[in-house]
Amino acid sequence: MTAETALAPKHSPRDYKSDIKPVWCPGCGDYSVLGSITKAFSELNLDPENVAVISGIGCSSRIPAYTDCYGFHGVHGRSLPLAAGLKVARPDMTVLVASGDGDGFSIGGNHFMHACRRNVDLTYVVMDNRVYGMTKGQASPTTEPDWDNALTPGGSGISPFRPLVIALAAGANFIARGFSGDQNGTAKLLKEAIEHPGFSFVQILSPCVTFRPDQKTWKDDVHDAAVDPTDEIGRAARRLMTDDGFNTGVLYKGEREAFQPPIGEATATVADLEGKFAL
Amino acid sequence: MSTLDINNIGEFLAHAHALEAEAASQYADLAEQMEVHNNTEVAELFHKLAEIEGKHIGKIDDKAGDTPIPHIPPWEYKWEGGQSPEAVVDMDAHYMMTPHHALRMSLKAEERAADFFQRIADNTTDEEVRSLSAEMAEEERDHIKWLNEWLKKYPEPENGWDEDMDPPMLQE
Repeated sequence: MTAETALAPKHSPRDYKSDIKPVWCPGCGDYSVLGSITKAFSELNLDPENVAVISGIGCSSRIPAYTDCYGFHGVHGRSLPLAAGLKVARPDMTVLVASGDGDGFSIGGNHFMHACRRNVDLTYVVMDNRVYGMTKGQASPTTEPDWDNALTPGGSGISPFRPLVIALAAGANFIARGFSGDQNGTAKLLKEAIEHPGFSFVQILSPCVTFRPDQKTWKDDVHDAAVDPTDEIGRAARRLMTDDGFNTGVLYKGEREAFQPPIGEATATVADLEGKFAL
Repeated sequence: MSTLDINNIGEFLAHAHALEAEAASQYADLAEQMEVHNNTEVAELFHKLAEIEGKHIGKIDDKAGDTPIPHIPPWEYKWEGGQSPEAVVDMDAHYMMTPHHALRMSLKAEERAADFFQRIADNTTDEEVRSLSAEMAEEERDHIKWLNEWLKKYPEPENGWDEDMDPPMLQE
């Protein structure tokens, strides 16, 4: 008997990877996040045909191409409405949304808040490297104000966006932070996020080795959250407001019921809908 | 360094299997990354390392014979720091890395693996685990010798090996 038989999941992590070779820079944290996602899917025993990975635009948003399940590489900042539409229409599917700090918090910032508020049963994974990597290194919403580089000499001077605090205030039902350097720990977080009902938000610190080589020190900065997850929103707020940005683990687990409207009878066929969009 | 107690042959085999499987998978991924960036020499080297680790998986399955290997979720292995000791630190990868850097990455991983198996052998109360783990530690030490020999053919490149006159990603 081998590891593939005794009590092993139906599908190995490798089964969720497509044959397309990623074009990320070698050393990029997103490779590891892809590994965490496929490990979580495997441990959850999900059939690939019952999973969809939806994304917007950016380095991290390439993930649907690299996973072997349903996928949609959508419009910049618009991954969440696409995913919410899919989930309410097909509540039987597991829908994971992949984004980055620019796509998720700037271009898609408004959708982020309202996705938290609606609390559709989605898992939102934001690979945060505090920079726009794909467009060559501009400061993003989470960039430190004093990050000095060729495009923002002396730093932007702007206070960074605090996604976990915003998520809590807007109504997200599960809030966690992981680190790409801890692939297995992040896989565990993602499994828990997918299992938790409602909108789960997981920020994953994922260094950009090309434009932010300084982030290589993150492996020494991250630390396990000192206290257990809380379902008490006041405690969670205090905790997230005083957060140093490197606490990892589940930081809030709420009990709000997920939004799922009743599914009525179809009023049009797919062909009817396609007809409406025909030029 | 913390003690490492594995006192059950099934649990030991699961760890050994996962350690080699993670290394094989990671080398295969690194080979793909180098192919994408047209670093064919290092891609070939990573493919070779992946193939070697793949053979090690086969060896462990042979040693397991009829012994069931339990499934352990990735985050429940007794790895120091949560990651397999033979996993390379992929943040150290660079699109212009040379065979020297690839072999150095691999050497560090093999050293961690040898230490891992030796610590199990030193701490376990199970004689079968002790014997097999000591054997695995010895095998890893053989790989270390072999990698050191291989490294002699690829001395450390001079500073500036990563300077690209026409970098693919440049702030303008």
